Amino acid sequence: MSRIIIASVAAAALAFGGSLAAQSGVSELSFSAVDVLKTPKDVYVGEVAGVGADSKGQIFVYTRTGHPYATLGDNRTFSHGGSRLFVFDRSGNYVREWGQDVYGFNAAIGLRVDPQDNVWTIDVAANQVVKFNADGSIGLVLGRKPEAIGVRPIQPPAGAPAAAAGGGGGQGQGGRAPGSGIPGSGFSRPTDVAWDKAGNIYVADGIGNNNRIAKFDKDGRFIKHWGSTGTGPSQFTGVKALAISNTGDVYVADAGNMRIQVFDSDGTFKSEFGNVGKPLAMCMTRGATQYLYISHAGDEDGMEDATIYKTTLDGKVVGKFGTAGKLLKEFGLANSIDCRNENELLVGEMTNWRVQRVTLK
Amino acid sequence: MTKLFTAGFLVAAAVIATGSRLPAQTKATVTNVATIPHEAVANFFKNPPGIYTGENMGIATNSKGNIYIFHRANETRLFEYSPQGQFVREIGRGVYSHAFAHSVRVDAQDNIWTVDEGTDMLTKFSPEGKVLMTIGRREDPVEMLGNMPGQGRFHGRNAKYRFGRETDVAFDQQGNIFVSDGYFDGRVVKYDKNGRFVKAVGTRGNQNLQFNTPHSIATDFQGNVYVGDRGNARVQVLDNDLNWKANFTGMGNPWAVCVSGGPGPKNPGEQFLYISNSWQDSAPAAGAEITGEVYKVKLDGTIVGKFGRAGKAAGEFATIHQMDCRDPDVIFTAEINNWRSQKILLKPQAMKTSSRQ
Repeated sequence: MSRIIIASVAAAALAFGGSLAAQSGVSELSFSAVDVLKTPKDVYVGEVAGVGADSKGQIFVYTRTGHPYATLGDNRTFSHGGSRLFVFDRSGNYVREWGQDVYGFNAAIGLRVDPQDNVWTIDVAANQVVKFNADGSIGLVLGRKPEAIGVRPIQPPAGAPAAAAGGGGGQGQGGRAPGSGIPGSGFSRPTDVAWDKAGNIYVADGIGNNNRIAKFDKDGRFIKHWGSTGTGPSQFTGVKALAISNTGDVYVADAGNMRIQVFDSDGTFKSEFGNVGKPLAMCMTRGATQYLYISHAGDEDGMEDATIYKTTLDGKVVGKFGTAGKLLKEFGLANSIDCRNENELLVGEMTNWRVQRVTLK
Repeated sequence: MTKLFTAGFLVAAAVIATGSRLPAQTKATVTNVATIPHEAVANFFKNPPGIYTGENMGIATNSKGNIYIFHRANETRLFEYSPQGQFVREIGRGVYSHAFAHSVRVDAQDNIWTVDEGTDMLTKFSPEGKVLMTIGRREDPVEMLGNMPGQGRFHGRNAKYRFGRETDVAFDQQGNIFVSDGYFDGRVVKYDKNGRFVKAVGTRGNQNLQFNTPHSIATDFQGNVYVGDRGNARVQVLDNDLNWKANFTGMGNPWAVCVSGGPGPKNPGEQFLYISNSWQDSAPAAGAEITGEVYKVKLDGTIVGKFGRAGKAAGEFATIHQMDCRDPDVIFTAEINNWRSQKILLKPQAMKTSSRQ
């Protein structure tokens, strides 16, 4: 199917003298790929939501594996489980697990390693971003997991004051623009995290009811946020990924609008570019001349329409590589890219339960 | 099955997001309160690899200085730490009464009492970790199945031996047991030391002897009972027979109360009441600017001073859910939102007298 579509697009491009959208004229980057993770008996990597490498080459994988389950309480039902964090060495050999039995490992959506080798997990069910220090201990928690699942608000007896008691991550519109969220860390299905050189923390929030970027200082104190639901500048329809350049510009993968928006570090809109399909994951290289790798996922199952683009920071497409599918060098929902080494990427896939090490030539 | 529960997560996100019942935040109204200098002991609690605490809901010390933290990890767990903050062991793994931690207290015999709002049960563990007594009963599993997503219910049944998301426990010098109960029933329940019901007072409301989420409870050596009546932004003081004595107001919403010197045996030192006006949640951020401080109060309600503010850096408080103040100048704080507890050293002798009220 995918080949047919690509073939027809190519044919159309030829027919129209190459005047179609940039995709059709994009050069194919030559690459090789290996399936990198090796697990011992009884350790299973499931959907790879996030993969990242630290400065020593250790590979961290935040994966949906094991069972999401619920505990019956007297009055409420509590959700548990569903995701784990594994550590592998540079060669992909399993080393250890981190975050055993932590609260809020429920539905992995992303993982990033910061410049100090701290490992940050993003969970789309717990609505949390958790920082693990390089020694595996927990350094910071942003957002709060809902206490219980799917229970009606408690109704006090008639005449009694409403309970002010809280609990549970609060979020909502609060009279602001639709989907802008409330100032703070009340995330609604957050997807990604990034940092500027001062250590400020930026959270992509997300694919739920908020369409915003939230900015915190290094201690997790809220600074500001921007964005709302929509299609205009500074509006998003599903924020899937985030990256920050050496100059502090914030790149936001706005999946529903099939574009990347660029802001300065205060959230002021600077520019946008498309021609990168429907972005699912994004990674910015760290060299003097920076590039973006942006995975495109055009269908929900990762079997019809996928590739990974390489672009400059001003949106010029350098090339692309890979297609949808389950074979090596094919990608089944590439949800995470690590590009610490510009020409040797780690690509984590949701539907193929693996990490491919991609070497670009 | 897996798919069903995954769907449940999404439903939860939707309910929380659309319900949008924003937690109330109350700024304290007392003014010109002196600041008590404080500092956090850096990295006091030390976990070995593979051991993590989740939302730290309860913290308590025993007479030997060992520290217990009752927390919501993936499962609810009870950890013991040495007086130096080293992880020692886990107690109660898999026990039927632990589903969703709320608080932990240590009595005068160093027994450990957990308060669980998921099972609506109190559990008394011996210092060795053996279960000695339970109060309350976990709902019949068949009944609980009826409470699956979408079917949670308010019961307010005010029963002798059943709780509705009870929140905390305290003990007097005779070993009587006082329970703040809770999110559903707004009442205080007294049991004798053998767990036999004595009396209960209170209904939901805002009059004296009414409660709007009695969230934390403590006693002094005279047997008076201090109830953190969180929703009503006051501490209600009751005598040992649960008659109303006084309200302490103006210090925000008391999430956690603690009386120093306890749980006994009685000693001659002056006792102080500590009250935390906790940062409601990590969201909304605006709440962080008006909450987070802890008050030190004489037992007659006179404010001595306050310390701390909302935040996640060391020495700041990310939603204190319980405090231990056996030593009035060493406060242990269990915090929800940064999955941690802290050991806080107070330096009241360094207070600036000029800033006194």
